[in-house]
Amino acid sequence: MRDEQQENRRELSHSSARGHRPFHHSGRRFRGGPGGHGAHLIAGEKPKDFKGTLKRLLRYLRPRKVQLIITFFAAVFSTVFSIIGPKVMGMAITEIFEGIYESYRGLPGGGVDFSAVGQILIWLAGLYIFSSIFSFVQQFVMAGVAQKTVYDLREDVNKKLEKLPLKYFDSHAHGDTLSRVTNDIDLIGTTLQQSITQFITAFVTITGIVIMMLVISPVLTLIAILTLPVSMYVIRPILKRSQKYFADQQRTLGKLNGHIEEMYTGHKVVKAFGHEKKAIAEFNEVNEELYEAGRKAQFISGIIMPVMVFIGNLGYVLIAVAGGIFVTKRMITIGDIQAFITYTKQFSHPVSQTANIANIIQATIAAAERVFELLDEEEEVKESKGATLERAKGAVSFRHVDFGYGDGLLIKDMNIEVEPGQTVAIVGPTGAGKTTLINLLMRFYELKGGAIFIDGVDTRQIPRSELRRNFGMVLQDTWLFNGTIRENIAYGKKDATDEEIYRAARLACADHFIRTLPDGYDTVLNEDASNISQGQKQLLTIARAILADPPMMILDEATSSVDTRTEAAIQKGMARLMKGRTSFVIAHRLSTIIDADLILVMNDGAIIEQGTHRELLDKNGFYAELYYSQFTGKNVG
Amino acid sequence: MLKILRNLSVYKWTVAAVFVLIFLQSMADLFLPTLMADIIDNGVVVGDIPYILKVGSIMLIVTAFGAFAAVGASYFSSKVAMGLGRDLRRKVFHHVEAFSLQEFNKFGTASLITRTTNDITQIQHLVMMGLRMTLSAPLMLAGGIILAVAKDPKLTMVILFAMPVLIVFLVIIFMKGMPLFHKVQKKVDRLNLVLRENLTGVRVIRSFNREKEEQARLETANRELTDISIKVNKLLAFGMPLMMLIMNLTVVGVIWFGGFRIDGGHMQIGDLMAFIQYVMLIMFALLMASMMFVMIPRAAVSAKRIHEVLSMELSVMDEGTEKADKKRGTVEFENVTFRYPGAEEPVLSGISLSVGPGETTAIIGGTGTGKSTLVNLILRFYDVTEGTIRFNGVDIRTAPTEEIRRKIGYVPQKAVIFSGTVAENIRFGNENATDEEVQHAAKIAQAHDFISKMKDGYDTLIEQGGMNLSGGQKQRLSIARALVRKPDVYIFDDSFSALDFKTDAKLRAALKEETQDKAVIIVAQRVSTVVDADQIIVLEQGRIVGKGTHQELLETNEVYREIVKSQMAEEVSAS
Repeated sequence: MRDEQQENRRELSHSSARGHRPFHHSGRRFRGGPGGHGAHLIAGEKPKDFKGTLKRLLRYLRPRKVQLIITFFAAVFSTVFSIIGPKVMGMAITEIFEGIYESYRGLPGGGVDFSAVGQILIWLAGLYIFSSIFSFVQQFVMAGVAQKTVYDLREDVNKKLEKLPLKYFDSHAHGDTLSRVTNDIDLIGTTLQQSITQFITAFVTITGIVIMMLVISPVLTLIAILTLPVSMYVIRPILKRSQKYFADQQRTLGKLNGHIEEMYTGHKVVKAFGHEKKAIAEFNEVNEELYEAGRKAQFISGIIMPVMVFIGNLGYVLIAVAGGIFVTKRMITIGDIQAFITYTKQFSHPVSQTANIANIIQATIAAAERVFELLDEEEEVKESKGATLERAKGAVSFRHVDFGYGDGLLIKDMNIEVEPGQTVAIVGPTGAGKTTLINLLMRFYELKGGAIFIDGVDTRQIPRSELRRNFGMVLQDTWLFNGTIRENIAYGKKDATDEEIYRAARLACADHFIRTLPDGYDTVLNEDASNISQGQKQLLTIARAILADPPMMILDEATSSVDTRTEAAIQKGMARLMKGRTSFVIAHRLSTIIDADLILVMNDGAIIEQGTHRELLDKNGFYAELYYSQFTGKNVG
Repeated sequence: MLKILRNLSVYKWTVAAVFVLIFLQSMADLFLPTLMADIIDNGVVVGDIPYILKVGSIMLIVTAFGAFAAVGASYFSSKVAMGLGRDLRRKVFHHVEAFSLQEFNKFGTASLITRTTNDITQIQHLVMMGLRMTLSAPLMLAGGIILAVAKDPKLTMVILFAMPVLIVFLVIIFMKGMPLFHKVQKKVDRLNLVLRENLTGVRVIRSFNREKEEQARLETANRELTDISIKVNKLLAFGMPLMMLIMNLTVVGVIWFGGFRIDGGHMQIGDLMAFIQYVMLIMFALLMASMMFVMIPRAAVSAKRIHEVLSMELSVMDEGTEKADKKRGTVEFENVTFRYPGAEEPVLSGISLSVGPGETTAIIGGTGTGKSTLVNLILRFYDVTEGTIRFNGVDIRTAPTEEIRRKIGYVPQKAVIFSGTVAENIRFGNENATDEEVQHAAKIAQAHDFISKMKDGYDTLIEQGGMNLSGGQKQRLSIARALVRKPDVYIFDDSFSALDFKTDAKLRAALKEETQDKAVIIVAQRVSTVVDADQIIVLEQGRIVGKGTHQELLETNEVYREIVKSQMAEEVSAS
């Protein structure tokens, strides 16, 4: 039950994890293009340890040092060539202008010298071609660098997942882990792909342009540079406010999505209790709130561009005026004015880009930090290979076992002895109890004290894989993966033949229903395996366990939402499975309990009583009370 | 897509305002190079400084004007885009709230959630970008070409020659890129799926020692995604520099041919400079428009998904006005048959039964036998196909559905708990319940003890989805919620499954007291839950195959005996 709810929660938190950050996604998508800058801001997420995380992230780039150097130089060359462009273009224009000017004055030899203009233009075309080639090289190489780095990161996380103890999976929402592997790593990839080269380009462009401007005219440069602090001064408060509004928007969006999730998940209850109107009223309120926040955020971010453009144009006009005056005084050529104007236009772009890049990098480092957090999670205790356990006979003993999830102990000094082939019934509330038992037997969690022995060998001496190979599990909460039924059954045995698979299915009473499916054993279970019923899933897990043929079993008798016929089939399958194996059964059927060689009575996750049916009745404790309240006084038959 | 965008009609004036403002802004942008040309030709060349200053101030006014237009456009466009998002969300949510179970289940919860949230955000974003960036593209394009032609029709030929080249390249890149984008999405989904399976199935994977194979699956999914991403990015790496190159070479062409035009006295040097600006404006406009094309396919999918929800017809149920209070605490089924629309076989057929006040009726049978459907019919989640259901002596179709539901205390199979305090959750059943009533309900539901142990007792906050509660605790809260309603009829739809035997027994004893003059309907799997019911109804394949007390049924009913046999051992009957 609990697992199932976690499942739902994961489903939801996953969809919301995606839902809460749509602006990140779409914002990033367009960051690369012209005009796609400035308007998109990433709400400020501050990393805790900027320097350390950055260093660690850079370590991932180290194996691609050569490519990075290539990218760097390609970016520099591409930018330098494109910066020289306007100056050369200006030369061509001056050449034309001079020619016209001479003929205008009626000087001999007037007219445009087209061979000179042509020469310059060929140079110009060459510059542009080289610039484009380098730009291509830079992006092409970076594509590999970024994606391969992301691949490495993901692979590290994948490998890490294998080493994490169950404790991690039980205490972290799946949605959160998923979001780190997908959204966060994705953000890192996009930043590597776009922002880093953008940063290099912007930096080179700014310095390059300033140099070119200074070469053309220091005075004009001063005018142009003056617009910079002005625009910074004007933009900063807008940026700040915009960040606040974006955060507001993000928050209300989260709130609204939460409400939608709840109301949809509880649709039936909402209807049954006549809460539709209230649900709608609350929705309308938050929706309106979101509209206001979103409108403000979008408006403010939409202002930034025009303001930048206006300040840019202001500089443009000033330069036109001043430049015009200079040209008439023959202090500057007409082509240089053209070049200068082009430079000022190119100038504002990287400036606003760098302003945004700071935010992006911050968000990226924060994302990297979340990924590294996952990578730094404590790993499972190293296993020792002191003993081997090929195939156990199935004698299990708990000696002075202490265990608890947190600080307190759920199990204190527990001692049990189970002979090979015996059945242990676990009785009591469902939930924590059965999970605890599985956790201990399979060594998903470490004991706090004492030891568990299998065939007399301390389980801590046995490699985990060998220990686990000796156990099978059939639980109510079935786990099947997206694949064919054949593959799912064969999951228990790596190179099972078809004949073995069919036999296991027959023993599990699953063969019949499988063969009634359109594709039989090759029917593909869809993503949430909803194309077969809950009971059928349970039959498949029984078949899987039969095929794996472990000497010890952990079973859950509970069969909820299963029809009687399937239930009978499941019970038959389980009975076959238990035969000749040491079995730990989460018991729901009285016959199992009474026949059991040992009954463990659990409450709130702790084992509070143990013994045979007779012993426990004589003890007159929790079990006796439970038994009498439940089964007696109602004479069956 | 168009159907969804039709919702913009409310904003037609605002959209018109955006159009006008963007038009003004574009005109201002386009006007600048002309003025610039003026400054050069009539000011710089002649050396007329006052003229330069005069035109310069005009330029400033124009640019200020453009900026104001842009700010205005931003104001209105954010209003439109966010407004559309809000309206769509409201429309979808309202519509979904009106869904009956049948319509709801056609989509499924998770799908409806994404449709109401992410899909609408997608559309909202498209409209935002569309209004802000793409609207100006055709204006700039047309304006740029017109002005270029006005300056020098012959030189415009250069642009007209370059444009198709650019467009052809854009189209090629899109044709190549689109399928790749789709593939990337698929690979992302695949990686997500495998990862999720690994997270949820961690116990199974480890118990079968399949870590290595799962690692390999993850690695494959990861590598496939990486490979396809590299491909996409390499294609894009080809695209952008190429675009820039075409643009720059066009400028080179303009200067070369412009030189001849100037030399021939057909145009002036300032015009050439203005021309260069036009080329840049036009080409940027084209690039901008191409951005839109990247978004459209994705948004179109979203639009289709939203439209599916909105176009789902509601199975409108006629509601009567009668008050349902003739025979309180009774439910009667008279020859009821029900089949889902379009289904061949009825789920329930010929059901007749009656439940009176103070009686407990248990319904037992396997899944697929129609137990839950039977209960859903009382709540009027569906309408009967044939026959009549009378609630409190009134045909449920002649009374308002709200009135019927108000008199039912329903506890669903799967406990649904909302975020909020414990008390709020219980009050979900009855907003006007006093603190005493809430506590009383909790006590009967055996929830008081664990609530009292919680940090803030009844004011303890429950997380979304009840994460901080166990299954049994949620079920007990959900029972308290039904109790506080003080209804005439209680319906427990297999609601005790997460409770241990002891709590189950205690709860049922307490319930007995509370429900003395009410009717209680219990849907159950466990025989132990139904043994002391006044009436047990055995369902098989949608028909009643047995009716009576536990004892009666044991003696006479084969199906019931089989159910009992499968659950309880003979030893007990012997002892």
